[in-house]
Amino acid sequence: MSTQNYLLEAHHISKSYTSAVIALKDVRFQLQGGEIHALLGENGAGKSTLIKVLTGVEERDTGLITLEGKEIYPKTPQEGQKIGISSVYQEVNLCPNLSVAENIYIGREPRKKGRIDWKTIYVNARILLEKFDLDIDVTKDLDQYSVAIQQMIAIARACDIRAKVLILDEPTSSLSTNEVNKLFEIMRRLKKDGMGIIFVTHFIDQVYEITDRITVLRNGEYVGTYETANLPKVELVGKMIGKDYAQLNRTMVSYEEEYNSGDTFLELKEVSGLGTIKNLDLSIRQGEVLGLSGLLGSGRSEIARIIFGIDSLEKGTIEIKGKKIFLKNTLAAIKNGIAFCPENRKTEGIVGDLSIRDNIILALQAKQGLFKSISKREASRIADEYIEKLEIKTPSKDQKIKNLSGGNQQKVILARWLATDPNLLMLDEPTRGIDIGTKAEILKIVIDLAKQGMGVIFISSEIDEMLRCCGRMVILRDMRKVMELKGREISQAAIMHHIAGGDKDE
Amino acid sequence: MKSRIKAKGEISFSNVSLLITIILFLSLFIGGSLRYDRFFSLSTFFNLFNDNAYLIIAAVGTTFVLLTGGIDISIASTIAFTCVLSASLLRGGVPAVVVIPIVLSIGLGLGLGMGSIIHYFKLQPFIVTLAGQFLMRGLCAVISTESIPISNEFYKAAALNKILIGRAKIYYYVFITFIVIGGAYYILKYTKFGRSVYALGGNEQSAVLMGLPVARTKIAVYGINSFCAALAGVIFSFYTLAGYSLQNIGLELDAISSAVIGGTLLTGGVGTVIGTTIGVLIQGIIQTIVTYENLNTWWTKVTIAALLCIFIIIQRIISIKAEKKKGK
Repeated sequence: MSTQNYLLEAHHISKSYTSAVIALKDVRFQLQGGEIHALLGENGAGKSTLIKVLTGVEERDTGLITLEGKEIYPKTPQEGQKIGISSVYQEVNLCPNLSVAENIYIGREPRKKGRIDWKTIYVNARILLEKFDLDIDVTKDLDQYSVAIQQMIAIARACDIRAKVLILDEPTSSLSTNEVNKLFEIMRRLKKDGMGIIFVTHFIDQVYEITDRITVLRNGEYVGTYETANLPKVELVGKMIGKDYAQLNRTMVSYEEEYNSGDTFLELKEVSGLGTIKNLDLSIRQGEVLGLSGLLGSGRSEIARIIFGIDSLEKGTIEIKGKKIFLKNTLAAIKNGIAFCPENRKTEGIVGDLSIRDNIILALQAKQGLFKSISKREASRIADEYIEKLEIKTPSKDQKIKNLSGGNQQKVILARWLATDPNLLMLDEPTRGIDIGTKAEILKIVIDLAKQGMGVIFISSEIDEMLRCCGRMVILRDMRKVMELKGREISQAAIMHHIAGGDKDE
Repeated sequence: MKSRIKAKGEISFSNVSLLITIILFLSLFIGGSLRYDRFFSLSTFFNLFNDNAYLIIAAVGTTFVLLTGGIDISIASTIAFTCVLSASLLRGGVPAVVVIPIVLSIGLGLGLGMGSIIHYFKLQPFIVTLAGQFLMRGLCAVISTESIPISNEFYKAAALNKILIGRAKIYYYVFITFIVIGGAYYILKYTKFGRSVYALGGNEQSAVLMGLPVARTKIAVYGINSFCAALAGVIFSFYTLAGYSLQNIGLELDAISSAVIGGTLLTGGVGTVIGTTIGVLIQGIIQTIVTYENLNTWWTKVTIAALLCIFIIIQRIISIKAEKKKGK
């Protein structure tokens, strides 16, 4: 197409937090005035970091950002706002102790004779919220309203700032359909006025409803920018999770009947979590690997959190070996033979300054209780056993775990849970940030464990991996189970078809 | 289709707190009046201000810090230092017009310094202001461990000049307190800075993301507090006409407890200077009643302890209720 004058341009943006964590690598992004531009990608793709760099929350390491052709370098959100970039964040970022009206106008209060003109603030706030069909008492404190209303107020604030660029980071996750429609109406109006809007969401349907173009990021890298109308949903999902459409039809069957013969170990019946999954039926047998697939926010990690007793049930029951059971905390789950390697290895998994040995025995010690201590000799024996079994590459079991590579850290976490001899092992993104060789080893360990009779729940955004080890797959979308695939039904094309929205797909 | 969405709590937390404080003050005043003959008078009311003028100023300053969710335990030492330094300079022949600006600037500087350390090094305000407390108390003793009397004419005039309304008297220096209360009220309600103070205490992360000047605000509240402490020190030296290094030990806690009784939340974001002022007056009136009862003055502390306990529990119950409502 023709050369275009972009409203906001970012080129060669890189940002790393430590030398090991590179959040953005040479990313570019171009936003036109009067367009709604979706920024998409899976967890860890770099969306949030890009937004933080654009708004001045974080400083970029390298690269160039221009607004209307002039280079900008916002260092604080304050500067970002001043030059015309306004944003709404995923979590409500307002002050609960201030009134609704003040939350909209704080920092840019209308003044009369040098003092804040409260009357005008209240009147203006009422008029503004009317546009959103929100009829509320603007003089009341913000925290007297629901999160959805708070989110609408945050959006109203950002829209009213008369910015050139409006960034909406997952603004719709707490809104009802009606409220979403209202928001879209306003976004269209702002677009008509020439504002450029960046829209981050994990609801694919919303992307197709409202956006003009899409930019996809993956693993901190730029994948591409596309016209929304010309990009089928399945292809979009493929770009987000890193598979070409051509590869989709090639099915991979790794399913072996024999995995699937054990008794049911755990069963969820019509389980709903507070604000998470809805009405879920799920069962897991001994000796099978069950894959949970879906985009970020689809409910895949939330299921594991509920089973492990981290999040509480709103309704429904959990049964273990046919007996109804109440998991009030994680220790109860551990004692019932459940193990969970969480998604975030660094913050929820390893204890960096402890040795490998101490990291391995942590869960076992918790299971046994604090007073039945594990002797040093016993601990060393267990550590040696798993270092050998899982081929953990380390000079010694006394090495601090933070000095190991990501893959070996993951193996230590795995060893920690295997030491408790669980019946059910849940792995959330066990291979993220791990080199291909170690990845294959971990997958092999998972399959071997299942063969020995352990039930495994495997959560990953890499469908490839799931195809290789899962005998059964549950597909989730918007906190609901949308499909269950078994054996030969499992194929990349089928999975992506259901992730993208099933038969509604055009 | 459009229907008004009701707020969940009918009355806001800060209003309830302030209301309870006012009712408590009035009932103490009425109770005292019923029990003692000469209690009910303008004189009793004015004396609350005459005797607590400095504490009100200190507590108003502390309210700024508490509103941001911070804490400052250095102010009693700052007051003592101000008194000792003033007395020592005045004894050396330095005129009052020079002494007062000097001690006020030292207070302001100390506060801005502590605020900067707290903000830029991300340190706990408790520990930084504890260092400030030791520093100022230590410097008092360096200047003099003896009590230094003040015989300066200006100070004497300030200590003794008063207005008579009927038989009730009100000292000139109390008007400084009124100006501080009024000024603080205006700043907190009608200026960008004041509203940033509340926002900061409500949610610091949000305040940053809404583009408010967080650094400036945070440093300024400690500056204001120490400035108020120095000003309270000046008034305290009018009141006592002496400077002594062991004066007012523990006064920072009186200031904090007044603010809490007045409805300020230690977690920040909620509170008013009017509430704090009434909080000080409540402590004053309890003191008065204890005197009338001819009890050991330490009974004041015992009563305050009970009151504080009741107040924080009531505050907690209100906020738990509010949270529960929100959950539904």
